[in-house]
Amino acid sequence: MSEFYPKIVAFCCYYCAYSAADLAGSMRLQYPSNIRLVEVPCSGRVDVLMILKAFEKGADGVYVAGCLEGDCHFLKGNYRAKKRVLYAKKILDEIGIGGERLEMFNLSGSSGPRFAEIAEEMVTRISKLGPSPLNSRLVSFPNCKDATAGN
Amino acid sequence: MIVAENKPFHDILGLIEDAKKILIVGCGGCVAVCLSGGEKEVGVLASALRMSRKKEGNPLETVEVTLPRQCDPEYMDMLKGYVKEDIDCILSLGCGVGVQFIAERFSKWVIPAQNTKFAGGTIAHGIWEERCGLCGECILYKTGGICPIIRCSKSLLNGPCGGSQNGKCEVDKNLDCGWQLIYDRMKKFGKLDLLLKIEPPKDWSKSRDGGPRKVVREDVKIS
Repeated sequence: MSEFYPKIVAFCCYYCAYSAADLAGSMRLQYPSNIRLVEVPCSGRVDVLMILKAFEKGADGVYVAGCLEGDCHFLKGNYRAKKRVLYAKKILDEIGIGGERLEMFNLSGSSGPRFAEIAEEMVTRISKLGPSPLNSRLVSFPNCKDATAGN
Repeated sequence: MIVAENKPFHDILGLIEDAKKILIVGCGGCVAVCLSGGEKEVGVLASALRMSRKKEGNPLETVEVTLPRQCDPEYMDMLKGYVKEDIDCILSLGCGVGVQFIAERFSKWVIPAQNTKFAGGTIAHGIWEERCGLCGECILYKTGGICPIIRCSKSLLNGPCGGSQNGKCEVDKNLDCGWQLIYDRMKKFGKLDLLLKIEPPKDWSKSRDGGPRKVVREDVKIS
């Protein structure tokens, strides 16, 4: 069996996690290349559908990284993201994918090392869980206009 | 608005278990406002159903469409292009009215994805509460704009009952006594004397009896 290389999508707030990722790069910090970053203007931009679509399109894990609580550039975006992540976890549990494949993190723009740490943490967690049940067997997917539309 | 909430996910999954391709129809009316059956909710449900079925090795194909309203024939026309031969069933995220309008219009098996709850309003983001009992004969002018049919747990017309304690209802200590609310409001407007009048039994024939109720406006009929 070939080695499992998890695909992880990270929705990163422009004002914190995305800047932290930048900083991690400038600091030459190593973090796993499994992470696919999606820049969002605020973690509050992330909704349940975006998270589900990430899983549907093949992600083994997803995380949302927003500002520290109380520090949101748009005041409450990260609190809203937190609630949506909790709701999406419930849906993932119901589907059987598992809510533990999804997580919300809070960090600041100056947290380059923390960004790398979070990436490591998620890769370790998803590696232990194994591939998403959607990716673990070959199932031909019917033509679905919405599911195949580019994001 | 009509307030509805999604049926449990596994119930919906069970209701479509034989289908290979379904049409999921959202509604841009009340259920979109109460965040249970609009375009986004259609997307979330469709994605969840597809993933669940894919996981079981029994893929489901979905077609998604959200009508401006499901309770108007002119909007129902917009569905015609989507209800094709290969659609096994239609899953409606509309209220009970929408589900029935689709069933009346198309020869396809129609399944409700929601439980239609009540006529109510938004209390705060994410909280909706019943306000109108749709009794067919409004008496709010007698009760200061607070409906005893819905706000009183017993729908008393001459309340409060003995179960009213410190402004709360005996049914639930977190529930305001409807008649206390009415009393306070009438007192504020100096109209307590109106409450002295004994209200006769309500004519419930105007409510949910004798089949579906109908409103006809000759002046706005086109043909």
